[in-house]
Amino acid sequence: MMARKVLALNGDEAAAYAVKQCKPDVIAAYPITPQTIIVERLSDFVADGELDAEFISAESEHSALSACIGASAMGARTYTATASQGLALMYEMLFVASSFRLPIVMSVANRALNSPLNIWNDMSDTMGARDCGWIQIYNENAQEVYDFTIQSFRIAEDHRVLLPVMVCHDGFVVSHSTEGVETLSDSEVDSFLPPRTPVYPLDVENPVTIGCVGVPEYYPEIKYQQEVATKKSIQTIKEIINEFNESFGRNYDIIEKYQMDGAEVALLTIGSASGTAKDAVDEMRAEGKPVGLLKLRLFRPLPVEDLRKALSGLKAVGVIDRHISFGSMGGALNMEVRAALYEMRERPHVMGFPAGLGGRDIRVEHFIKITEELLRIAERDVLEEDYRVVGCRGPGCIGP
Amino acid sequence: MKTWEEVPFAGYILEPGNAESYRTGDWRSRQKPVINQEKCTFCLLCWIYCPDGAITRRESKVEIDYYHCKGCGICAYECPSGAIRMKSEAEEA
Repeated sequence: MMARKVLALNGDEAAAYAVKQCKPDVIAAYPITPQTIIVERLSDFVADGELDAEFISAESEHSALSACIGASAMGARTYTATASQGLALMYEMLFVASSFRLPIVMSVANRALNSPLNIWNDMSDTMGARDCGWIQIYNENAQEVYDFTIQSFRIAEDHRVLLPVMVCHDGFVVSHSTEGVETLSDSEVDSFLPPRTPVYPLDVENPVTIGCVGVPEYYPEIKYQQEVATKKSIQTIKEIINEFNESFGRNYDIIEKYQMDGAEVALLTIGSASGTAKDAVDEMRAEGKPVGLLKLRLFRPLPVEDLRKALSGLKAVGVIDRHISFGSMGGALNMEVRAALYEMRERPHVMGFPAGLGGRDIRVEHFIKITEELLRIAERDVLEEDYRVVGCRGPGCIGP
Repeated sequence: MKTWEEVPFAGYILEPGNAESYRTGDWRSRQKPVINQEKCTFCLLCWIYCPDGAITRRESKVEIDYYHCKGCGICAYECPSGAIRMKSEAEEA
């Protein structure tokens, strides 16, 4: 029985250590940068006898997730990890996992998609998979990766939820950066996360059929049932986060506020950019600029009501997406925030700032430029552009 | 028909072996096989070839299970003694 201690872990190692303490029955994975460290550590834990799990080295990510689907259908606590092209290769099976309502936890070390070939961080992978029915949780640092990996098993396996969860952290920025992580003792994790109790496990004594044909006369009813469950999971996720906070002295929420008192404009961030943005906000607050920060942790299901509440009363909001949805209005987060606010009588102007593509650094100066733009929009009460790319040389962009 | 609240969890089928209750006979669009029992030699080729198990084998004769027969016509095609003919549903009625 280990006591609570602070370990030097990078984001990937924090995920692996948390998974080990969550005692999965089955891990099926295929290594891909920048997630590789996770499955390397987990295979070490299994080989060294520290973790009693079936470790399946699959021949592809499609097979890895397929194996997870089978394992979870049997009632096993199931885990995988991937990134970028690996997640893209899983795409078909992502829908199957969520539609079967199978709890599976998957770490994603967010990485850009080809082409050009790029191993560095952006969120093209998970944002591109936003409509596949998985819960998506985004983390800022290794501590959050650790804490939310544990919570993700609770969320996924909760009988009010029963959905797979992607627990995301930015590639390299978080996955390969070593930080002090306060870990829980094994017994604390055990008390928070009891063994899984499956609802309809595959069992020869009590046979069930999973994955049968859904004819047009039944498909919409089955899909709407899934939609209701996904929307309702927001409440359960909040409850589980509150329980975790109270049990272990943390202070998490699905939308976190930073320096929002008296703020007239705000940055809305997701993932590791939030840390840099906080420094920028501190700097600007010291100069008297009325700017605050909102960090979105839960992107699927999107906490629409909470977003409306958090953004109401502001004059302008800059949404920092770490990807582009080509040919629309910047990133998905920008578009969805705008859609969520559209029917509010008093709503802020919302401008998108896709930033940090393919591992380009997002720096404090970027957030200062974004905030200056937001203050101009607020002052003139006019929005002239839906979005502007940040960290790109050339006309129309906010420079490197 | 069941509402989204009434359909089983995630569309699971919780009752084993219930495919039998699915009326695939509804799929027949125009023709159905009819057996002339006088010509039938009980060779059972139709029973072997039927892809849907819709030929029922009795003590000394075969019968067609129209609840499941999709009307594909394979039995009539394979019957060596011409005992099975495809007839239009209208003609039968």
